[in-house]
Amino acid sequence: MDNLPRFPKCYKAESKPHKFCPGCGHPIVLKMLGQVIDEMGIADKVVFMVDIGCSLLAWDYFDLPTTQTHHGRTVPTAVGFKLADPEKIVIAYVGDGGAYAIGLQHTLTTCLRNNPITTIVVNNTVYAMTGGQLAPTTVDNEITTTTPAGKTEFTTLKGPELLKTIAGKEAYIARGTTDKPLVLKQYLKKAIETQIQGNFSLVEAVSACPVNWKTDAPKTIQRIQELEKEFQLGEF
Amino acid sequence: MKQFLMGNQVLAKAALDAGAKMMFGYPITPSTEILETWAKFCLKDKSLSLLQTEDEMAAGFGVIGSCLAGVPAFTATAGPGNILMQDAFVMAEALRIPMVSMIMQRGGMSTSTVIYSQEEVRLTCFGGNSEGFRIVYSTSNLQELYDYTLKAFQVAWKYRWPTFILADGYQGKMQGEVEIMDNGEWRMENLKSILTKGVNLRNCYNLEEEIGEIIVNYSDEYNKVRGGIEEYEEYQVKDAKIVLIAHGIVAAAAKVAVDELRKRGGSIGLFRPITLRPFPVQAATKILNKAEKIIVLESAIGQLAELFKAELFGLNTTLIEINKPAVGFTPEEIVKTIKSFQ
Repeated sequence: MDNLPRFPKCYKAESKPHKFCPGCGHPIVLKMLGQVIDEMGIADKVVFMVDIGCSLLAWDYFDLPTTQTHHGRTVPTAVGFKLADPEKIVIAYVGDGGAYAIGLQHTLTTCLRNNPITTIVVNNTVYAMTGGQLAPTTVDNEITTTTPAGKTEFTTLKGPELLKTIAGKEAYIARGTTDKPLVLKQYLKKAIETQIQGNFSLVEAVSACPVNWKTDAPKTIQRIQELEKEFQLGEF
Repeated sequence: MKQFLMGNQVLAKAALDAGAKMMFGYPITPSTEILETWAKFCLKDKSLSLLQTEDEMAAGFGVIGSCLAGVPAFTATAGPGNILMQDAFVMAEALRIPMVSMIMQRGGMSTSTVIYSQEEVRLTCFGGNSEGFRIVYSTSNLQELYDYTLKAFQVAWKYRWPTFILADGYQGKMQGEVEIMDNGEWRMENLKSILTKGVNLRNCYNLEEEIGEIIVNYSDEYNKVRGGIEEYEEYQVKDAKIVLIAHGIVAAAAKVAVDELRKRGGSIGLFRPITLRPFPVQAATKILNKAEKIIVLESAIGQLAELFKAELFGLNTTLIEINKPAVGFTPEEIVKTIKSFQ
């Protein structure tokens, strides 16, 4: 047992086991974030905000001040909190729909203004909570419930690449994957450090949704690895 | 101390004197000078800040973020902006966020005019997928813009319901003398950080029964405190056979008309709800019970009347509604209209 990685100290024990589906990428991202918060010793400073969609299931994930907001509105709520209390480390936890569709104007403008908050985007290429509809991140030919013949109409939105075109020099933008959690963890740490230095940061994590992808374990991993070719990993 | 100001400047000044520290807003006529005046205050006082947001949703949620951190904040909007901000207003109801919003009614429907109407009563009182757990003050002159904004911050933080100053483009753009408080800020009761250690907030639930119970509890709490919040003005109603009902700037015109009609021997008075939510139901029914005729005047079709009509069920009194959607009333025309009913 001693060899097993421990739960992060900032976890809220009574909300475990968590409510995410088996094979979901969210718990991997949240565990890496929890470890970063522990290692940086910042639990007393972090304020955590979650969006609608699967990310809302993290509303009581941590023993940290946490609020759930409305779909796409987590980023402006985080900006408001940060302006009011700049000493806090404010993290907005959202899905690809929240960050790049219904809340895209907030994501873009917050990056443009270089507001010092950290946005974590969990990108599973579908609207998962509502049962697997087309997202801006849905890739070519991907079958969703609203594109049953496969998506072909338009290109795939690449959030970090888009933001890079308007981000200030001091901002930090990266894309990791739940397939390589320790690399993702490094990105999350740098993102929080960037916020502490007074700048905007965003980390996207390419993630899995076996329920909506209808993939078993080996195929889920295979699918994530395919997505890693579509969504360029690294720091931007 | 008296100052000569425009209505929108009065609102910004009142927010400052109330102790607000942050404004989030998106320019929209006829409210924009509130944002501009606050920007000037921020130049002089570094403890204040302003965020001109990308849209009204961001403004509303920015205010919520600030309130969660325990810093009093506000926004101002109108018309289509009021519609977009309902997203934030209903979350403020659900999470008991003491956000203060100034609604400067412009014309409805849709984009409409940038000038005036009373078409945002229903939206401001009941615009959410909720039960209207809001406090809405309808002002009728420049002095009230100042006084009720001071009060709005107090009441919002005391009771923790989203609180509104409902005015209009006429009040926002008119200029005149206003008595301004001399010595600094009011102190807000219960002003503290909301999102602190150990607090996990949500507005999403698994079961109908879970949220049903919360709504019932909120309703009980709202009804328990409403008596301390409800405000109204009664003018010459004691022996009045005809009672006019109007709110906001229409009530100001109606008051002048009452004086004029009284001079001519008319038995007439005015009941003016100041809080549209919670509506002063008991006071209204007590006064209206004694009247022979009730005449509702508003710059909308029935939006004021529907706030209290159900409460008058069973009352054997004539109720006349004079609706002028998006158009104002002059005292002269009220006098003329009322005379036709006498």
